[in-house]
Amino acid sequence: MRHGKYPFIIGFLAIPLLLYAVFVISPYAQAFYLSLTDWRGLSNRQDFVGLANYAELFTDTQFWRAMGHNLALLIVVPLFVIAMALLFASATAISRVRGSRFYQVVFFFPHVLPVVIAGILFAFLYNPQAGLLNAFLRVVGLEWLTRAWLGDDAVALPAVMVVMIWSAVGFYYVLFSAAMKSVPRDVYEAATLDGAGRLRTLVSITIPMIWESVQVSYVYLGIAALDGFTLLHTMLPDGGPNRSTEVVAQYLYRTAFDEGRFGYASAIGVTLCLFTLVLAIVVMRFSRREQVEYA
Amino acid sequence: MTLTPTKPPQHPAPVEMDPPEDGPSVGERVASVFSTGFVAVWAVLVVLPLLWAVLTAFKSDQEILTDPWGLPQQWRLDNFARAWTEGNIGTYFVNSLIVVVTATVLVMLLGAMTAYVIARYRFPGRDVIYYTFVAGMAFPIFLALVPLFFVVKNVGLTATYLGLVLVYVAYALPFTVFFLTGFFRTLPGSLIEAALLDGCSHAGVFFRIMLPLAEPGIVSVGIFNFLGLWNQFILPLVLMPDQDKYVLSQGLVVLAATQGYRSDWSGLFAGLVIATLPVVAVYIVFQRRIQEGLAVGAFR
Repeated sequence: MRHGKYPFIIGFLAIPLLLYAVFVISPYAQAFYLSLTDWRGLSNRQDFVGLANYAELFTDTQFWRAMGHNLALLIVVPLFVIAMALLFASATAISRVRGSRFYQVVFFFPHVLPVVIAGILFAFLYNPQAGLLNAFLRVVGLEWLTRAWLGDDAVALPAVMVVMIWSAVGFYYVLFSAAMKSVPRDVYEAATLDGAGRLRTLVSITIPMIWESVQVSYVYLGIAALDGFTLLHTMLPDGGPNRSTEVVAQYLYRTAFDEGRFGYASAIGVTLCLFTLVLAIVVMRFSRREQVEYA
Repeated sequence: MTLTPTKPPQHPAPVEMDPPEDGPSVGERVASVFSTGFVAVWAVLVVLPLLWAVLTAFKSDQEILTDPWGLPQQWRLDNFARAWTEGNIGTYFVNSLIVVVTATVLVMLLGAMTAYVIARYRFPGRDVIYYTFVAGMAFPIFLALVPLFFVVKNVGLTATYLGLVLVYVAYALPFTVFFLTGFFRTLPGSLIEAALLDGCSHAGVFFRIMLPLAEPGIVSVGIFNFLGLWNQFILPLVLMPDQDKYVLSQGLVVLAATQGYRSDWSGLFAGLVIATLPVVAVYIVFQRRIQEGLAVGAFR
């Protein structure tokens, strides 16, 4: 019965492992090494420079500016997405609003809409002449609010945040709705008997009970906020007005493929990756304590 | 858990149609109306841009600029024809279809094979292989971008469909293996033993018995991979510099940039609608499964 077990295992694993080793593992491993070189890709010269790239990165103002934009995304986007998703989920799931199935279908769709398409759509929606937003503002008499949304340093990044929130809310709405279904109903009944209002119930019962979903959501949203490449590259290809919206992934791309500084770009990648991992660990740690409080 | 009442306890309302947490107080009523109202407003905010995009795709360029709100005076199907041919959306669409469908089928096959072996056989190095795949889900793709560009270049696959397909497969493998390993572990092992005793080969057991049994899991991950790869932008941006072989996401960005001076807005919107159609089709057919699969199984 065991005859031919190893040939079979090797036969099944050979191709996937080869692909994975060549296209995933080796690039990741090389990234760490390349970040310690001054490689510019043109020649075969790859001089080992130790941590010089990281030292340069530390004083690189454009890098920190870009990191600042990522941090702004990291603070604003998850906050709004989670708050709105919780609000909508508790409004439909708990009180069983009619048509909550309909809302799930509608809200979720932006999540499956390709990011590039959402980006182009909203870039045009923000268009100063023909865009829907300015047209709406003119109709309701708020003419003075109209502007070139993506051409204005002050509002370009917030305008992109709106698109990120628009795309993400539905996914977390569905996630939280599913989590809320597993909260026993008698807990809510007891709370009502104690006179807890709707908001009080949400804050004191629902959120603690589904805290695990909330914390995982924060990690996912945080990872997305530390990337943001596709949407920003689509809506504001050159980093926005005066590079006021450039994020780290765009800076990395520019450093590597426009300037050919592959070693330095790898150092940017490693640094951003470390930020991402630290974020995930900190969020999971920090919020585990929170959960104990309510247990 | 202690709950301090914010107001005096209300007597339960016996004839309420709403569930009991809808307290009868005025404040609660207002809160209820407001939260329901917010939900409805959000639904409008989600639908409006999409509806606007579809309507715009049927308008003339003149109408788009002068009347952004109105219905098209004449439903212009020629916008779609123009986007398809002159805008090259047709080419990009076919390119995307070739690359994404091939990669999805391939990753499902290879991923299922890997997951099955990991889930059902004991052999040295099994756990190492499994955790190497799991670890692959934790690293952001842009970390690998620079070396990946040169790896693909060195094997001579830059600007080829094959190169893009293989890279798509490799980056979709971790989640596929992770998800399907869990799935194969839940299937009954007695079937395998019985089939092997009947003289079926190891590969025969997999293809004839286990693969059909794993269909629900394979469909869920397959949809996930299809949507994810259709959405992919940064990998083709780096690995597919040949404009004739651009995938849709690249092509749309080019179209959006060139439309600026040609001002063919209607063609651009028609292109957006065309590019969204496969996603809409998959979404409508597998709606429930997508939400279950994605909400349960994390994502990347």
